[in-house]
Amino acid sequence: MNRFAALIDALVFMPSRNGKIRLLIDHFAETPDPERGWALAALTGSLSFREAKPAAIRQLVATRVDPELFALSYDYVGDLAETVALIWPERPERANSLPPSLDEVVRGLHDVKRGQVMELVEGWLDTLDASGRFALLKLITGSLRIGVSARLAKTALAEWGKLDIAEVEEVWHGLTPPYAGLFAWAEGRGERPAAGHGAGFRPMMLSHPLEEEDRTALDPAAYCAEWKWDGIRVQLVARDGQRRVYSRTGDELSGAFPDVADHMLFDAVLDGELLVARDGVVAPFNDLQQRLNRKSVTAAMLRDGPAWVRLYDILFDGGEDLRGLPFSERRARLERWYEAVRPRRMDLSPLVPFQGWEQLAALREGARENGIEGLMLKRRDSPYLGGRPKGPWFKWKRGALTLDTVLMYAQRGHGKRSSFYSDFTFGVWRGAELVPVGKAYFGFTDAELVELDRWVRNHTVRKYGPVREVSAGLVLEVAFDSVHPSTRHKSGLAMRFPRIHRIRWDKPAPEADRLETLARMVVGADAAA
Amino acid sequence: MRLWDEGAGAMALAWARPILGGMAPALHPQPLPSGRPHPDRWIKVQPEGLYVEPGGFHIDPVRPVERAVVTHGHSDHARPGNRHVLATPATLAIMAQRMGEAAPASTQPLEYGEPIRIGDVLVRLVPAGHVLGSAQVVLEHAGSRVVVSGDYKRRLDRTCAPFEPVPCDVFVTEATFGLPVFRHPPDLGEVEKLLHSMALFPERSHVVGAYALGKCQRVITLLRAAGYDRPVYLHGALEPLCTLYGRFGVELGELRPATVAAREELKGALVLAPPAAATDRWARRLSDPVVAMASGWMRVRQRARQRGVELPLVISDHADWDELTQTLEDVGAPEVWVTHGREEALVHHATRRGIRARALALIGFEEEDLEEAAVKGEGARGKGA
Repeated sequence: MNRFAALIDALVFMPSRNGKIRLLIDHFAETPDPERGWALAALTGSLSFREAKPAAIRQLVATRVDPELFALSYDYVGDLAETVALIWPERPERANSLPPSLDEVVRGLHDVKRGQVMELVEGWLDTLDASGRFALLKLITGSLRIGVSARLAKTALAEWGKLDIAEVEEVWHGLTPPYAGLFAWAEGRGERPAAGHGAGFRPMMLSHPLEEEDRTALDPAAYCAEWKWDGIRVQLVARDGQRRVYSRTGDELSGAFPDVADHMLFDAVLDGELLVARDGVVAPFNDLQQRLNRKSVTAAMLRDGPAWVRLYDILFDGGEDLRGLPFSERRARLERWYEAVRPRRMDLSPLVPFQGWEQLAALREGARENGIEGLMLKRRDSPYLGGRPKGPWFKWKRGALTLDTVLMYAQRGHGKRSSFYSDFTFGVWRGAELVPVGKAYFGFTDAELVELDRWVRNHTVRKYGPVREVSAGLVLEVAFDSVHPSTRHKSGLAMRFPRIHRIRWDKPAPEADRLETLARMVVGADAAA
Repeated sequence: MRLWDEGAGAMALAWARPILGGMAPALHPQPLPSGRPHPDRWIKVQPEGLYVEPGGFHIDPVRPVERAVVTHGHSDHARPGNRHVLATPATLAIMAQRMGEAAPASTQPLEYGEPIRIGDVLVRLVPAGHVLGSAQVVLEHAGSRVVVSGDYKRRLDRTCAPFEPVPCDVFVTEATFGLPVFRHPPDLGEVEKLLHSMALFPERSHVVGAYALGKCQRVITLLRAAGYDRPVYLHGALEPLCTLYGRFGVELGELRPATVAAREELKGALVLAPPAAATDRWARRLSDPVVAMASGWMRVRQRARQRGVELPLVISDHADWDELTQTLEDVGAPEVWVTHGREEALVHHATRRGIRARALALIGFEEEDLEEAAVKGEGARGKGA
């Protein structure tokens, strides 16, 4: 555990990406199996211990620390694992017992009987120092959040073993921690592990936002356009009798979307957009949101928010790997495949024919209906490449809506922003009162954050724990993609992707927008009214 | 001319002596017997700061006042513009050094332990263990004793006199690190971390961000105690106070300026700089520096990360949670006022220990975050944390 804790500490404090890679490489080179493999699993988010969730850790610390002091400390530190690691009262008599190894911790958590997990964790917390406690808690809550993505960890492994990162990604989903085979391959002691494809995830191809200067340099004839649907990107894998739905990061969603998985009665790997659609009409993103982040699903949810997949691409047809083909050929294969198979709950995302950029821009501006986020541009000759290569694919989101709102509440951020009031709740006028309409925590520069933070501190009228209520005096111009009716908000409306567009230091709060204005922006508001 | 006491200092002393001698105070003073005015009747929170009414003076005022008693030389406690200032000789020397022409023209030094009568209040300064010259202000009036501790710490610091607990009726305390997550580890372990890193990366300079007053000299004495006898290189802003500490008998060993000219010499060297400079353009003269920071805030990882610190050193001139709570026990005051910092938690703790406690919410002390002080360029002048 000590080595892992030292690695976590060093990574936390290492500001540069290359420095982090160097630290990881050192760790892989200097640490024996299986410790390094568990470390890699932890960094790539491949470990999960059901019984050690944050709520249980809070309960445990409450048995050792005054709850009020814990609450104040947590508010200040902004990170549960760190707060517990620092506040944990050390028992001097335990100081001499040996702290556990990472292998012991992983196996211990795996083998322990339900109900005895926290007892085990408590014993470990008593033998570890603050760094060790931090690493342990980060590990068992499954969210390291130390500025190392799964991708970066794999990149380091690839660099260390002189492997191609794409190859590592390719075999990744066939592997299980602690990855003895992978390390053997990286050290030249073993064969490349089987791609283990089967029903595994294939790295998805992602796009870059289209900048104005990109567009003028692009040849319109070289690109196809299609709508960018407002759901979440998924990969459907039906192979070897297994059916899996993956998010674009490779997380499995099959359990939450049986209404998709059950209809994957084919042998193929497809790329598409997961949506909620009723009678072929795409519902607002908010409806899909109700079904995300759940391990299982209720009958009512299946009835009220039926899932749908709009297909973009085909990666495998049976055992045939189509990823090397140009997009135009894959598209033709997708259309033929769809005609032949006709899967239920799925349709094709239509291509959008266009002559030149001007015409396409007009089409994009005109698209206000539900479910359209903007346009995708895909080079006709582009093979399907995992990752985010620059050039072949672009996303061209439609223009945002904006509204002048008034800052109402601010809350301290987490992680790097834990000393700043960086989460802002804003509202608009309904009669003479302000009603909250949304929350945003990005869209401003670091320098603006310092200003906003100062403004909040100087205009606080009330404190509720970590939240400060401020006087109605600062206008925030908020940009958002769309607005939908919502029963969860007092205003009855919810914004999609709100972000701070501009800080209107100049504008008096009474001149901010009114709720009626926002209500008129709801998709289909005219028809409904 | 003495502006503080109508009579002479000697007279105040003569008057005070028998009282002090006969005053072995109970460790846990009884609640005020009726007839004694509660101290909150004669010590007031004003926009200028804490005002001792029967003495007609403020303690560490944040705005200019007629008469100020200053606990120590950090810039949020010792501000320019006061007409008459009373402080320890070391604090006055530090103020003169840092303020230059803005230093108060009318000053009166008062040694530790020497009583003085100001108006209707008997005043003593007692070591606070925070930085050189730092003092607690012991106030006696109408049968009650109040101790205003300024900033303080309890652990060993070779650069200043150690904190002396004074039993009292009301103890006025800071709470900079007033949360149980703040437990400063032993100083020598932190210094060993630094020496270990220097051994590991002998080709890299190690630059330690440290406040000019107190922290800088403390880090140097800790290094010397750990056996580091090579020259220590200093940012220009740190030199004058190191010289001043030397004058007050604090041994710092060989110090050299970290000038651009010394570029070659600085490879693998230990360099001290104000926190803001350690991560700024100034540090470009150093070869691939390891940026360390000596501060109590370094206990919280994300704080260290925000500052771009690679090697956090938890070395503080403020009491940590255990020192704060231990001090409340040591002074045995039935009532505690918390001036600045994370006062809620300390008030909560004191209340649970049966001590009456409240936050004074004094403004102007201790920028909430280290980085704010750095942004304002206070690194060179600000106070240590």
